[in-house]
Amino acid sequence: MSDQEWPLYEVFIRSKSGLSHRHAGSIHAADDQMALDAARDTYTRRSEGVSIWVVRSSQIVASDPAETAAFFDPAQDKIYRHPTFYDIPDGVENL
Amino acid sequence: MYTQGLDQKDKPAAAGQGTETPEQLEAFQARIDAEEKIEAKDWMPEAYRRTLIRQISQHAHSEIIGMQPEGNWLTRAPTLKRKAILLAKIQDEAGHGLYLYSAAETLGVSRDQMVADLLNGKAKYSSIFNYPALTWADIGTIGWLVDGAAIMNQIPLCRCSYGPYSRAMIRICKEESFHQRQGFDILVSLCNGTDKQKAMAQDALDRWWWPSLMMFGPSDKDSKHSAQSMAWKIKRFSNDELRQKFIDVTVPQAEFLGLKVPDDKLAFDESTGHYRHGEIDWQEFLDVLAGNGPCNRQRMAKRCKAHDDGAWVREAARAYATKHTAKHAA
Repeated sequence: MSDQEWPLYEVFIRSKSGLSHRHAGSIHAADDQMALDAARDTYTRRSEGVSIWVVRSSQIVASDPAETAAFFDPAQDKIYRHPTFYDIPDGVENL
Repeated sequence: MYTQGLDQKDKPAAAGQGTETPEQLEAFQARIDAEEKIEAKDWMPEAYRRTLIRQISQHAHSEIIGMQPEGNWLTRAPTLKRKAILLAKIQDEAGHGLYLYSAAETLGVSRDQMVADLLNGKAKYSSIFNYPALTWADIGTIGWLVDGAAIMNQIPLCRCSYGPYSRAMIRICKEESFHQRQGFDILVSLCNGTDKQKAMAQDALDRWWWPSLMMFGPSDKDSKHSAQSMAWKIKRFSNDELRQKFIDVTVPQAEFLGLKVPDDKLAFDESTGHYRHGEIDWQEFLDVLAGNGPCNRQRMAKRCKAHDDGAWVREAARAYATKHTAKHAA
């Protein structure tokens, strides 16, 4: 039993309030509390964080890199979503 | 540090084996040439994956084994301050090992597999940790030279083409600088101390200088894996280039301490701006890699014992987790 690997968790850290959590790495832990403690000891030894999220790696749903082109394709031809698409007539301000 | 694994034997590089088409390999190389980072789930040649698994896991093992020579001195550090600092440094080494194991796992090898490979002797770790830390001056010298050589080796790895490895290296490099300075600080104290203390520092330098130079791996002319690793941008500088850089920055530091580098051939070459140095004893390097260094057996025995002694803890943690999961489900 002891030879069976503990589950893998992904670790996300908020470096200070006002910023979002960011992926820092991963750790193995037997349960959620141990995952939090190990994440603290592994990734915030120098006060790198004020908040930690851990989530089982197996719970993450990710897009497939091999399908990247097709997956993001719908955004490719919609350049009118960017403000730079539009010509502003001379003399018009605050737009 | 610790990337000698690149230069050790492996199954013959089998680029293009199996289902890899020339088009795929070409597209992959184009991404590398464009300085794009490769991420975990991206397509990559099997040989690229294997090289990285070998290098990153060896690097991780080195961090873990590297705790042993220093841990030896925790209870004998001369002051409480030095003890607290050394404890923090050793904890960092464990952390570095964990960052690196995680990075290697993204390539599809399990943590258990890597640990098993270390324990059964299949995987290697850096030759440097097979030397004993005999005196307190050794702790200073390890920080100064061993971590110094590590930094020299690792800074280019921050730009390695494999994203997870490069990110781990960025973290490690930030922390490694503390390690080097705490080592130098110990030596400054000893070199400003009594004659006996200074002699202790000189003795440590005498023993660690050459092994530290060997950390960069074999000379370029004997380095088998370098060309491919360079093309894949896993490696950015050759072993000899990095070794030369290390010598160039370290010799003046030794002079500052008033210590003599144990190399009679060492001389500054005005025309090149570099130090020339004597021949490295490569036979010693090969012997240590082959398992016959001063402490190889001791290091492995200790690591295996730690693993066995920890078995009940791993089992208990798992039993506790299972019990609580069952409770929640009920």
